[in-house]
Amino acid sequence: MSLITPEVEALLYLFAAVAFILALKGLSSPKSARRGNIIGAVGAIVGVVTVFLAEELKNIGWILIVIGIGTIISIPASRMVKMTQMPQLVALFNGVGGGAAGIVALLELFAADSFGFLLAVAFTVFVGSVSFSGSVVTFLKLQEIMTTRPVLFKGQQYVMGILTIAALAGAVIVILDQNFVVASLLMAVGLVMGVLVVLPVGGADVPIVISLLNALTGLAVAASGLVLDNTLLLVAGTLVGASGTILTRAMASAMGRSVTNTIFGAFKGGSTAGSTEVSDRPVKSGSAEDVAILLGYAQRVIVVPGYGLAVAQAQHTMYELAKALEEKGIEVVFGIHPVAGRMPGHMNVLLAEANVPYEVLQEMDEVNPQFKTADVCLVVGANDVVNPAAKTSPGSPIYGMPILNAGEAQQVVFLKRSMRPGFAGIENELLYEPNTTLLFGDAKDSLGKVLSAVKAL
Amino acid sequence: MEEIKILTYFVLAVFVGFEVVSKVSSTLHTPLMSGANAIHGIILVGSIIVAGHADNAWMLALALLAVLMATVNLVGGFVVTDRMLEMFSGKKKVQEGQAR
Repeated sequence: MSLITPEVEALLYLFAAVAFILALKGLSSPKSARRGNIIGAVGAIVGVVTVFLAEELKNIGWILIVIGIGTIISIPASRMVKMTQMPQLVALFNGVGGGAAGIVALLELFAADSFGFLLAVAFTVFVGSVSFSGSVVTFLKLQEIMTTRPVLFKGQQYVMGILTIAALAGAVIVILDQNFVVASLLMAVGLVMGVLVVLPVGGADVPIVISLLNALTGLAVAASGLVLDNTLLLVAGTLVGASGTILTRAMASAMGRSVTNTIFGAFKGGSTAGSTEVSDRPVKSGSAEDVAILLGYAQRVIVVPGYGLAVAQAQHTMYELAKALEEKGIEVVFGIHPVAGRMPGHMNVLLAEANVPYEVLQEMDEVNPQFKTADVCLVVGANDVVNPAAKTSPGSPIYGMPILNAGEAQQVVFLKRSMRPGFAGIENELLYEPNTTLLFGDAKDSLGKVLSAVKAL
Repeated sequence: MEEIKILTYFVLAVFVGFEVVSKVSSTLHTPLMSGANAIHGIILVGSIIVAGHADNAWMLALALLAVLMATVNLVGGFVVTDRMLEMFSGKKKVQEGQAR
């Protein structure tokens, strides 16, 4: 028997849904964001408690044990993960959510009794499993367990075509016949398609894919709300689906890509250009002292941080250097590309970790007009986001991506580990310009040396 | 009538989602993604329902797998988002992360 009336249940779900809206709304400012997230978590707890009170459930012992296990697994994982590995973790969490939605819909197949509900079952089973396997491949790519380069095989588009037809046919049979075996096959097809959709995506486009899969999971959850006649799932899933869609589009435009181009671009060929080979063209490399002199006698410095900075855990040293320069009366700003790092906004999180105040972080549109008047642009561990190929070479995979105009500064200094191209695997012409100086080495080491040289000036 | 009611919820939620997210600055896009990610972990509610209605061991096992995955999504999502946002909240604390 249920402990609360349907009216109370509906009100509690409404409370949880409002809490989720407030959680997203809180993110409009860094100050209210954390409180918003906590409100969202409270909403989630209320939602989960409500379902125990409202439904007549068997197996409660088992359910509680498994929830306990899940909590024990996930808290240390999310507490201990390094901020640089955040995109992988988000991809993984997204995948398991999608997988859960797929399983829920599969098990509810026989409870569904109308065309609309059966359609929702087929949709959730398929989309949930695409999201699951797609997220797992994304995780493997980001963790660099597998290659970050687009993976293509002959006839891939035919395989995709056949699978799409199979999925549609399966969905029709599920709707007409409520056939459990076919629904399971539909799930299997979804799993294979999730892998095949993400495999051809190149490393630089992975952030867009995470966001897209996030939106898909949201829609799958919304559809499962339809299946279970549960308004909280419907509203929460739809919120995520809608916000994920907006975010995906915003990100795609920040990279100058359309979403379809990201997913299907590799099929058309050409976007696999670029190489991981090390070029032997001459470059001008300098010592830490040279760089310190350039910086120390500048008036305006723009720092362009990239993922390499974070990998070297050099955010703190970077900020020390910025403070040392400011003490000398030099103006320092950070120019943040929207997709710097491996996820939109990732760099902001990484710099926030180093206590860099978010006021000195400037977005691309703000900072781009300032390069012309900057004496030095210091590029630390970034590559693709300042690569002029995005403007000048139509054949390049990053062509059309808005970049930071680092090349317009008087002097450009690159701190790089080696001449290896960036995550997208594309050669950067800016490295060979006469006003570019390169300082090779680990970003943290190099910045430390530059810092002491600046202090000694 | 039931279908129309559901459609109404859906359409309204789409608009709320668009409206709320279009105000988020790109500085907070990573926490946004991770926060939205946590919210869809509410599929835990659905997983609990199917697990609670499972009639045989096989269905229960599958449903419990869904409960496990959804819990990881929900709990992990909120915890990791909180950790990120803590850094934005402006309190100057020496991060132990520096040592790593």
